[in-house]
Amino acid sequence: MSARSVLAEGRASALPALLGRTLRLSATVAFTILGLLVVTFLIGRVVPVDPVLAVVGDRASKSTYDRAFVELGLDRPLYVQFGLYVEKAVTGDFGESVLTKKPILDDLIRVFPATLELATVGIIIGTLFGVPVGVWAAVRQGKLVDQVVRILGLVGYSAPIFWLGLLGLLLFYAKWGLVAGPGRIDISYEYTFTRVTGLYLIDTAMQGQWGAFRNVVSHIALPASLLGYYSMAYIARMTRSFMLNELAQEYIVTARVKGVAEWRIIWVHALRNAAVPLVTVIALSYAGLLEGSVLTETVFAWPGLGQYLTNSLQNADMNAVLGGTLVIGIIFVGLNLLSDFLYTLLDPRVRRRS
Amino acid sequence: MTAEPTRPGLSQWLLSEQPASRNQARLGQAWRIWLAFTRNRLGMVGLGIVVLLVLVAIFADVIAPYDPLMGGDLRTARLLPPSWDHWMGTDDLARDIFSRVVHGARLTLMVVALVAIIATPIGLLVGTTSGYFGGWIDVVLMRITDIFLAFPRLILALAFVAALGPGIENAIIAIAITSWPPYARLARAETLSIRNAEHIDAIRLQGASSGRIIWGHVVPLCMSSVIIRVTLDMAGIILTAAGLGFLGLGAQPPQPEWGAMIAGGRRFIIDYWWVATMPGIAIFVVSLGFNLLGDGLRDVLDPKAQQQ
Repeated sequence: MSARSVLAEGRASALPALLGRTLRLSATVAFTILGLLVVTFLIGRVVPVDPVLAVVGDRASKSTYDRAFVELGLDRPLYVQFGLYVEKAVTGDFGESVLTKKPILDDLIRVFPATLELATVGIIIGTLFGVPVGVWAAVRQGKLVDQVVRILGLVGYSAPIFWLGLLGLLLFYAKWGLVAGPGRIDISYEYTFTRVTGLYLIDTAMQGQWGAFRNVVSHIALPASLLGYYSMAYIARMTRSFMLNELAQEYIVTARVKGVAEWRIIWVHALRNAAVPLVTVIALSYAGLLEGSVLTETVFAWPGLGQYLTNSLQNADMNAVLGGTLVIGIIFVGLNLLSDFLYTLLDPRVRRRS
Repeated sequence: MTAEPTRPGLSQWLLSEQPASRNQARLGQAWRIWLAFTRNRLGMVGLGIVVLLVLVAIFADVIAPYDPLMGGDLRTARLLPPSWDHWMGTDDLARDIFSRVVHGARLTLMVVALVAIIATPIGLLVGTTSGYFGGWIDVVLMRITDIFLAFPRLILALAFVAALGPGIENAIIAIAITSWPPYARLARAETLSIRNAEHIDAIRLQGASSGRIIWGHVVPLCMSSVIIRVTLDMAGIILTAAGLGFLGLGAQPPQPEWGAMIAGGRRFIIDYWWVATMPGIAIFVVSLGFNLLGDGLRDVLDPKAQQQ
């Protein structure tokens, strides 16, 4: 068989396998999202807050109360209520926020870009620093760099993110004035540009508002570096372990024997193979940043998903809390799926096996 | 093996190649693990920190120089910087921060211990049942586990606390509910490798019930890896509890919970930095201790992971 026909056959057999895998994955995802709905529904049921009182207020007459009780469907069996809940959730109806008096979905769409911008800048910082540092630590295993990476990782795993955030604000903002304080943008720049994507960095840059752009950068620098540090700690540790694994393989010895330059062996041969599992790690820590954002956003008064959740919590706005929880859960599942998919796409061995 | 020069008799008995009884074998094994562990310097530091935490929690009343809840004179003793009288300064209600941090050790230890006591058996039960029986039981239980794993931990804990109401007990329940899935996964993987072993077949042929096999023979074999995982998780549990406290959903004032203390000091961090900084140092040191201890245990009990 010529090399070309082997290649063609490889491609032909890869497609159905990829399809089957995608189908199986979507079934799993659908099931998981249904499970997420069950969990949020049940949490909503055990709340000691009476959902009827939340709608009609505590001075309502008995007849008003009863009518609201029926309108909310609370007189029906639990599984019917769950069916209604799922039906509404599928159409994006999570109810109305008690606090903002708007549909939850609108609120979530409004606050999400802030979180997305913060987490994205964070993961870019984390990857740009984490990967090279991890490679470096693997190459010089047991040396000073390796120890430093280990300590950085341990600090990242041990220090509360909100505490480091407060200390960061104290030093970089209050004491040294290197960055802007809490919030996304100064109020004086607030109305100098129109929101198109909701990502202020992109919006201001596209409209050429460089003063506002600099201000946004100054605001995002500290919280994004903080998130970046946490993801860097994780990414560097994983990169190191993947690289150690690759560097011990025989193809590395072969490359050395052939006389390939050492930098090329490390950064091209080994890193390309380590990159496949690394993609999963980066996607997962991206998802982790969404979680970390709840505390970070509280500290930096960042008007994103996390702050919306905590604000709603403190005001017992259950619809908003559960809607937000659900959305974060779905994003989490989505990113997991994405990383799985990328893994299949990047690694021909996984593709063939399935 | 380095023998203890002071008690050669005991050490020899423990390290004997031909243990005479089951207990001698067990103690000997524990002693070997301990000897290997003592050679891990960072692990020992971690153990030291954890032991210190336990001691501080037990003797909090003796160690703390002031009352953790009742402050001093509000006119003269508010927001004092760290000094010989107040090692960590005082807060806005003139309470000694060092005394509060010392008493906070009790709350932290309580959270960690209770979460471990609640979550570990749930994880073990779900994981071993799932792995041992397989089939549809496995599918159902693992799907449920996956659903819990699909939520970021802090977010799910937040939703639970929102439903149950704030307070340290509810925070503990919420954290426990969100902590068990990884243990279940791990226990299941271990069970799968154990269940077809010959000694399990032998017990089954003797007519032991499934419950007896799982509880008496599978669970003990899963224990060590689950314990390592729980220890490695302790830091995460402490950070989650502190996070909930910081958001005002964990321990309620005036309880001296470290996360809540940081939240309390947040308002005046610029002028009185020590109020929020000191409890944070306590959280950091204790989490670091658990991380080091967990790493050390893993290196000793799981030689495979060490090479990674």
